[in-house]
This record gives sequence, C-alpha cells and structure tokens, in this order.
Amino acid sequence: MFGLTALELARIQFGFTISFHIVFPAITIGLASYLAVLEGLWLWTKDTVYRDLYHFWSKIFAVNFAMGVVSGLVMAYQFGTNWSYFSAFAGSITGPLLTYEVLTAFFLEAGFLGVALFGWNKVGPGLHFFASIMVASGTLISAGWIVASNSWMHTPQGFEIVSGRVVPVDWLKVIFNPSYPYRLAHMVVAAYLATALFVGASGAWHLLKRRHTRATRTMMSMAMWMVLVVAPLQIAIGDALGLNTLKHQPAKIAAVEGHWESKPGESIPLILFGWPDMAAETTRYAVEIPYLGSLILTHDWNGRIPGLKEFAPEDRPNSTIVFWSFRIMVGLGMLMLLLGVWSLWLRSRQRLFGSKLFLRFVVMMGPSGLIAILTGWYTTEIGRQPWVVYGVMRTKDAVSNHSALALSVTLIVILVMYFAIFGTGISYMLKLVVKGPEEHGPEDAPDESDGQNRRPARPLSAVPESFNPGVG
Amino acid sequence: MGIDLPLIWAIIISFGMMMYVIMDGFDLGIGILFPFVHDRHDRDTMVNTVAPVWDGNETWLALGGAALMAAFPLAYSVILSALYLPIVLMLGGLIWRGVAFEFRFKADEAHKPFWNKAFAWGSYIATLSQGIALGAFINGFEVTGGAYSGGALDWLSPFSLFTGLGLVVAYALLGSTWLVMKTDGALQVRMKELARPVTMAVLAMIAIVSLWTPLSHPAVAARWFSLPNIVFFAPVPILVLLATWAILRTLRQDSHAAPFLFALFLLFLGYSGLAISLWPNIIPPSISIWDAAAPPESMGFTLVGALFIIPFILAYTTWSYYVFRGKVRTGEGYH
Repeated sequence: MFGLTALELARIQFGFTISFHIVFPAITIGLASYLAVLEGLWLWTKDTVYRDLYHFWSKIFAVNFAMGVVSGLVMAYQFGTNWSYFSAFAGSITGPLLTYEVLTAFFLEAGFLGVALFGWNKVGPGLHFFASIMVASGTLISAGWIVASNSWMHTPQGFEIVSGRVVPVDWLKVIFNPSYPYRLAHMVVAAYLATALFVGASGAWHLLKRRHTRATRTMMSMAMWMVLVVAPLQIAIGDALGLNTLKHQPAKIAAVEGHWESKPGESIPLILFGWPDMAAETTRYAVEIPYLGSLILTHDWNGRIPGLKEFAPEDRPNSTIVFWSFRIMVGLGMLMLLLGVWSLWLRSRQRLFGSKLFLRFVVMMGPSGLIAILTGWYTTEIGRQPWVVYGVMRTKDAVSNHSALALSVTLIVILVMYFAIFGTGISYMLKLVVKGPEEHGPEDAPDESDGQNRRPARPLSAVPESFNPGVG
Repeated sequence: MGIDLPLIWAIIISFGMMMYVIMDGFDLGIGILFPFVHDRHDRDTMVNTVAPVWDGNETWLALGGAALMAAFPLAYSVILSALYLPIVLMLGGLIWRGVAFEFRFKADEAHKPFWNKAFAWGSYIATLSQGIALGAFINGFEVTGGAYSGGALDWLSPFSLFTGLGLVVAYALLGSTWLVMKTDGALQVRMKELARPVTMAVLAMIAIVSLWTPLSHPAVAARWFSLPNIVFFAPVPILVLLATWAILRTLRQDSHAAPFLFALFLLFLGYSGLAISLWPNIIPPSISIWDAAAPPESMGFTLVGALFIIPFILAYTTWSYYVFRGKVRTGEGYH
C-alpha cells in the first residue's frame, strides 16, 4: 500500500491502534480517581453537588471505559500477530508483566465496576465507595505494570541472553529499571492533567452557555485547582525524565533537539524552531537561543550532550518527527501552566467564572492534555528507534513475516472500523457532556431504576439517555 | 527442579481458555440466536440476561493471551502470527458486538436495527473465527527455526471451516440453555424448542470431528485407539452420549438450570477430548509444552501471582453472578 514496506505497515498499524487506545485509558485513570474523590467528598460533606457530579461523570466514564476495554483487547494480541520475533525473544519478560496486569488490574476493575456504576441503590454507601476506590486502584495498578513493561524496552536490565532469547535473572531490576519511576510518574500525572483539562473545558463550556449552576461551577473550580498544581509538577517530572533519557538514550535527546555535533569548548544552544534534515545531517532554518540548551539539558551553563553525528546513521532516530512532536508537547505544557496561573489570578479577584476570554481558552485547551500525551508517546517511542528493546533488539528484527498485502488489508479494516466505532463513541461522550449534570435536592435522589432504556447493562448502559450515535 | 512448571502453566492456560469458552460462549450464543427471535422485547430480555457479566467474561480472553506469552512465548508468537487474519476478524467481531451490546439500547429507533445487526453479525464472525482458529490449531502449523513459516491463508481448510461451524452450533447450545435458565414465558418455550435440534447438531458435530481428526492425523488415532488408552478414554464418548441424552430429557421436563449445566458438561467433554488428542503439544503437530516453555524464571515469577490471585478473581466472579441471579423478565432491570 502506497509503496510502504511490510515493516512500515506493521509499525503504522501498531502506532494507529495504540494511539486510539491510549486516549481511553488516560481518561479512565483520571476519571476513576476523580469519581472516587467526588464520592468521598459527598460522604464527608453531604453536599449534594458532589453526588450529582458523581452521577454525571460516571456515565461518561462508562462509555470511555468500554472503548478502552475493546481497543485494549486488540493490543494484547497484536504483540503475537505482528511482532512475533519480539514476543518469542522477549515474551519471557513482557508476558509475565502483562499477565500480572490482567490478574491484578483488569479483573479488579471488571469485578467492581458493576457495583460502582449500578450499585448506588443496591449496596450501602461504604461498600459503594469501596468499589469506586477499587476501580480507581485497578486503573493505577494497570498503569504500573504496563509502564514497567514499556520502560524495560527503553532501559532494559536484569536479564541475560541465553540461546537467542531473553532470560530474566532479577525481576526487581527488570521492573524497577532506571527509567521506570520517571515514566510512571509522567504518565499517571499526564492522565490526571488531561482529565482535569477535559473536565474544566466541560464546565467552562456550560458557563459560556450561561448555565451557572453549582455543579458546573464546582467542576470548573476543581479542575482549575488540579491544573494549577499538576501542570508545574508535570513540567518538573518531564525535566527529570529528560535528564534520565540523556543518561540512557543520548541519541534520542540529540534527535529531539535537532543537535548534530558538539564542537569543543562550545555550549549547546536551544533550537526553538527548525527543520532537522536527516539526509543532509543538519537542522535547517534553526532559530537558536545560545547556552539555553546546555542549561535545560544538563542543568549546567556549559554542559555538553553528544550530537547525532556521533551515532552511526543506522542507529539514529528520526529527528524531524521527534523534534516537532516534542515541541508540540512542551508548547502545550507551557499553555497548561499559563492556564493554571491565570485561573489563580482570576480566582483571587473572584472572576474565575466571569471572564469570557478565559472560559474560551479553557474550552480550547480541553483536548490539549490528550494531544500532549500522544505527542509525548510519539517522541519517546519514535525516539527509541531503530530499537524495539533499546540496544538489544532492532525493530526490523522483531516484526512477523507477513506480506505487505496481508498488512494492508488488515490495516484498512482496522482504520475503517476504528474511525466508525470510536468516532461514534467519542461523539456519544461529548453529547453526554453537552447535556450537563442534573441537579437533585437532598430528598430527590436520582432514580436509576425505571423504564426499558434504563438497563444496568454494564458498562455502557450506565447511560440511560437515548440519542443517535450517528453511524449507519 | 522439582515441579514441572510447563505442565502447571499448561493446566492454568487450559483452565483460563475453558473459562473463556464457556462464559463468553453463552453470551456469544445469544447473538447467534438473535436471527431466530424477532420480538423486540424478547431480544432486549435476551441481551439483559448477560449485560452485567459479558465484559468480565471477555477478560478471560485477555488472560489467555497474556499468560500464553508469559509461559510459552514461542507458542504465542507462532500461533498468533499463523492465525493473523482469523484473529483480526475475531477481534473485529468482538468490538462490533461489544459496542452494539450497549449502543442498541440508546440508539434512535431508526438506528436500532443497525446495532441489532452489528450485534448478531459480530457474534457470528467472532465465533466462526474462533472455531476456524481451533480447526487450524488442530491441523498444526509449519514451523522453521522457531518461527511460523507457512502462508497467510494456511488456516483455511474444509476442516477448519467445519470446526468454525461447529463452534457456532456449540455456542448456540450454551446460549439457548442459558436462556432457558434465565427467562420464562414464551421466550423460554421458544428456547426449549430451539435447544433440541441444536443439541442434536452439536452431537453430530462432535461425532464428525471425532472421526475426521484421527482419520487425518495418525498420531491422534494412535492416541485414542491403542491399548490401553482406548480403555482409559472410553468414558469420554460414553459421557458425551449421556450428557446429550440428559440435555434432551431435562428440556422436556420442567427444570430450568439442568439443561444449561449439562450443556456446560458436554462442552467440557469436547474440550477434554481435544486436550487428549493434542497432548502434550502446544504447537501441533510436534512442538511440546516443554519445547515452547519460557525460562523457569518467567514461569515461576508469574506462577506465584497466578496461584494467589486467581482464587480472588473466581470469588468476585461468583459474587457478580450471585448479585444478578434469577429470572430476567421483559421490561425489568436488575435494580
């Protein structure tokens, strides 16, 4: 297809399916914790606004969760179908970590989700709160295992290679590999940040439509506090991960910076914008700030990093892509920081819900967390190339022996299906957001139990509303 | 090493896959029975009987994939790349059906028929792909130097198409007897009527596969028909006949759960028969569980977690079925 090789098609297929997938678990991680917090506040303060927000966001959570489950099942099989040499070589490490994820996280989420979504009137408040906490814990445990597996592919250790395959010798070293704590923190905080931006944008959208209810104000206010705290935290974690990457994967940093060679006695400038040209081994049209590269990358005014020319051409990641994906992520991160600070300033003047300009900015920033997650993952994964297990196995040696034809056919099927189904699901989620939270007084508890459409069918049927999903 | 880790893992994975087959079997069966039921209220009731449990059922499939990679990475890589196209079809079917499950309740009237079709088609395609994959697995894979070396369409054969059809009928049996247990009134009567011919069809499928496999695979024939094996394994076909008779008999009586329980037993027997035929190969025709095993460091590490956690999982699963126990009636939710 389009003259692409089987390897390129396999990479596109993996990249496409995982990009679609990661959006759902990121929101799942954030919303699960948000729901547990809302329920805790409801039990503690008995303020009905928290209960109403819980019911509103749990419907959106249910739709999102289902899409995460079905798109994730594809991932569990794709390692074998498309990357069979990788699985045969390193399945002895990836497999156990994935198995632990299924055992400790997936079953935990599935086991308690039913009660969390449909058990509001069936079990006591304490048991229901426990179920919500179990679901939230399941999402975090899941992230813990899958990021361990991914980090090991970036900074592998704790293994030997015996007769052509990986043999784990020290599981603590395998799991707690050098980049693991940074990656895990960066991903979980990214999920919280992306969710806060999404929740904040939903609140701001309703405020712009002049729906100044307690529920819309509360969700907007909670989200802005979260962004204020988490955005700077995420920048600090990202900086630490950058230093860690420089130590373990210097070629990736050189590619991210479009930095080709270090001349003796010169510090590294920060290239703000430019066009890294892989063939010409230079970054064209570079707009540079002297010394700043050294300062950011090494925390030293005259620090030095290796240039891409120090790596053999076949060992270089594609600088053109990661240079830009990284800058998109960082640029959005700076806007998130601005958003948090601006919200604090408005809040101090009691104008958090009044500034139209600010509310429009919050709505626009709604998807920014998810875009930053995608571009961040592109940076780290494309930056790992040409390796699948860094320094140990090359991506071209990992791919299954499928023909370009077989891969093209499956890729087309997957593209059409994903856009149709997940497009429908996402539009469905947005319609729920647009509907807005319903407010109930203390005596007027939400009734989930009547009518044909109000099935407790897990997981999507936590959503009783009927509307047209727009596929057909 | 005192304990035989590959053997223990083969048992755990077989158990997980069997849990998947019987649990997702009856909910896929409901999609398979959709074209035979036209009343919309009955269709809603059918879906409602499995709505609270179906995604938990599907988690066993994720466990099967992950545990196979952990314990037998060679088998995971060879079998999955050999079965690439049927697996993509299966996942596609499961996705359509999974979302249709839920979207059909919320869609506008105009779109509801679309999601009903997606539910039925998704169930058929997923089941057929699983059955075809099973047939291809029995037929075996061409392996050279630790990698699959056959063609992209080697899975396609008259035998694999037949096992595909066989699994559709088997899941229809699970689905119809499940509904006999979970519903009442006209729908239950209809399911009792459907379950009888489906039971006979399942018996015929088991008989044909039981003849076809040894005829085309001498090793399987030797396993079953040599002495003393023929004596040890003779109870399997005898129990198959007894289970079939028991399903047909209890369908005529006023029992509700019995046909489903006997159907589970029948499927278990069929599953055991396959295990007897293929043992100890995990990549038929010649790579055994010991040849394909992961290093003991991987198997041991994962085993600790599996043995500790699986009992808890079985406990929640039982609890969840307990919460949603009893008959489901038209227009009635679980609250």
